Amino acid sequence: MAGGPAVRDLLDEALAGVAARPTRLVLTTLGTVLGIAALVGTLGLGQTAGGQITQRFDLAAATRVVVQPDDKGGQEGEAATQLPWDAPERISRLNGVDAAGTFSALDVGDDLVRSVAGLDGQKDGHALQVLAGSAGLFDAVRATLRTGRLFDAGHDARADRVVVLGKNAANRLGINRVDSQPAVFIGDQAYTVIGILDSVTGRAELLDAVIMPNGTAKVDYDLAAPDALEIRTQVGAAQLIAGQAPVAIDPNNPSALKVDAPPKQGGVRTGVESDLNALFLLLGAVALLVGGLGIANVTLLSVLERISEIGLRRALGAARRHVAAQFLVESVIVGFLGGLLGTAVGVLLTVGVSWGRDWTPILDNRLAVGAPLLGAFIGLVAGTYPAWKASAIEPITALRGT
Amino acid sequence: MTAMAVAIPAPVVEMIGVRRFFPGPPEVQAIREVDLVIGQGEYLSIVGPSGSGKSTLLHLLGLLDNPTDGVYRLDGVDTSSLRERRRAVLRGQRIGFVFQSFHLLDHRTVLENVALSMVYVGVPRKERLARARVALERVGLAHRMEFAPTTLSGGERQRVAIARALVAEPSLLLADEPTGNLDTANAEAILEVFDELHHEGMTLAVITHDDHVSQRAQRQVRIVDGTLQW
Repeated sequence: MAGGPAVRDLLDEALAGVAARPTRLVLTTLGTVLGIAALVGTLGLGQTAGGQITQRFDLAAATRVVVQPDDKGGQEGEAATQLPWDAPERISRLNGVDAAGTFSALDVGDDLVRSVAGLDGQKDGHALQVLAGSAGLFDAVRATLRTGRLFDAGHDARADRVVVLGKNAANRLGINRVDSQPAVFIGDQAYTVIGILDSVTGRAELLDAVIMPNGTAKVDYDLAAPDALEIRTQVGAAQLIAGQAPVAIDPNNPSALKVDAPPKQGGVRTGVESDLNALFLLLGAVALLVGGLGIANVTLLSVLERISEIGLRRALGAARRHVAAQFLVESVIVGFLGGLLGTAVGVLLTVGVSWGRDWTPILDNRLAVGAPLLGAFIGLVAGTYPAWKASAIEPITALRGT
Repeated sequence: MTAMAVAIPAPVVEMIGVRRFFPGPPEVQAIREVDLVIGQGEYLSIVGPSGSGKSTLLHLLGLLDNPTDGVYRLDGVDTSSLRERRRAVLRGQRIGFVFQSFHLLDHRTVLENVALSMVYVGVPRKERLARARVALERVGLAHRMEFAPTTLSGGERQRVAIARALVAEPSLLLADEPTGNLDTANAEAILEVFDELHHEGMTLAVITHDDHVSQRAQRQVRIVDGTLQW
């Protein structure tokens, strides 16, 4: 006859031992459930929150770099730093730049913007912002057209009196079509409207403004230099371009330029996670410790209760190690069940909070798999002493009495 | 195993000069000097008052305890030199126990209780259940297989315990006060089961303080103060 029980039989015996007392099983797992739930919930919510923060840096924000002269740097008497007109061309040569264009606000004094000159019905006009840009600006801010077209480098070079309207500005001026070549007046000067913008990213003020080519602004408003350079980079290149841009634009004095770039990924995330989470992880660890002690306690109690069963099993041919294995496996099962339940609670917690806040729940798969295993490990550690205790029971002692 | 054991059919139990002392103080000489041979198919009763050392003798016979001195051969195998692990296997394969207090697992069905005795000797699961059913039919409990032991009468419980002891096909059935917790009618039923087993060739050793139980056996041995009296 073959010696020794199969592993499956030992598992069966352990399972039956655990299942024999369901109420006790539930109470025993409680500590582990709480601990694992706290750990999974904390880590899950941390990951979820971290995901939300990175989500807020959407594509547009993550690829936008803005270069401006550093106003604070210019000392008295020193010539203020200016962006060169050819900054877009210089920047475009860098690897990783998709588009670049200048952006400037024009000082139009008290001039109002009107769609029709001199008519009584429109005597007031609108105090709209007037901006100037290079042809590349629209591409850099991902502008989409509602109607018409954008101005190009030719308009810029010839200083043509054409403008593009933001959609809100067009609404206020009562212009919604450009095929009849409507004109707007800034002060007394007429400009042909060639297009209306529908949307932009980053520079929302473009939608409320009248935008003309740089060349035109130079002639009509003596624009000396661009206010800012808008750069659209490839995904992931923003940090690199932010470092290279000042040198490319002004090699002699790069520090006089101020660069706005999206913050490094992860920097914010860790900042938000660490403070709150340390506390909850600590709580979870304490709960796990208590849970482990609970399992050890109840398993030990169960060993004392089942002395006669242990004796019987020994009489039926179980060796010490079989008895030890049974109690160890029982305690691992309890820990694993606790871990499983705790993981479920933790995941539900994460999903619930995410749902309440309209977040996308994010949970590392390794966490969902690892947490029940952690529970099993706690059961293993907790069961070691009771299992040893059980294996040391002499069958004679165990079978005596009633 | 010796060559002699192969040549001549060895007795099931062979105890030579066995002694068991429990170290004191004071030292207790539970078994002073016992020579006991139980042949194949014998039905032996060991009778004695409490404190006479009969429980210790049962433990020694059942390999639950080690003699301080002497030789104990079970089926020709010298057990005194065996390690604990090997003794456990031998115990599981060669000895069936019937206890006074039944020792059934309350949370398992009658069938599972009987099948349990084959777990540690490595009988495959399917075979275990089939053999457990046969054993339960043999003791007249075919209709109780899926019951919980707690719902059975004392006599029925003891019959479950007998079925459990028989199912692993042991060389020796060791019963410790098997009727101690039973009324007269149930006790009689159990003794009838023992008689049947004896006729079928099973080797039985029944330990009791009850002369009535003892007299049912083919051979009686009395134990007094740790020594056997014939």
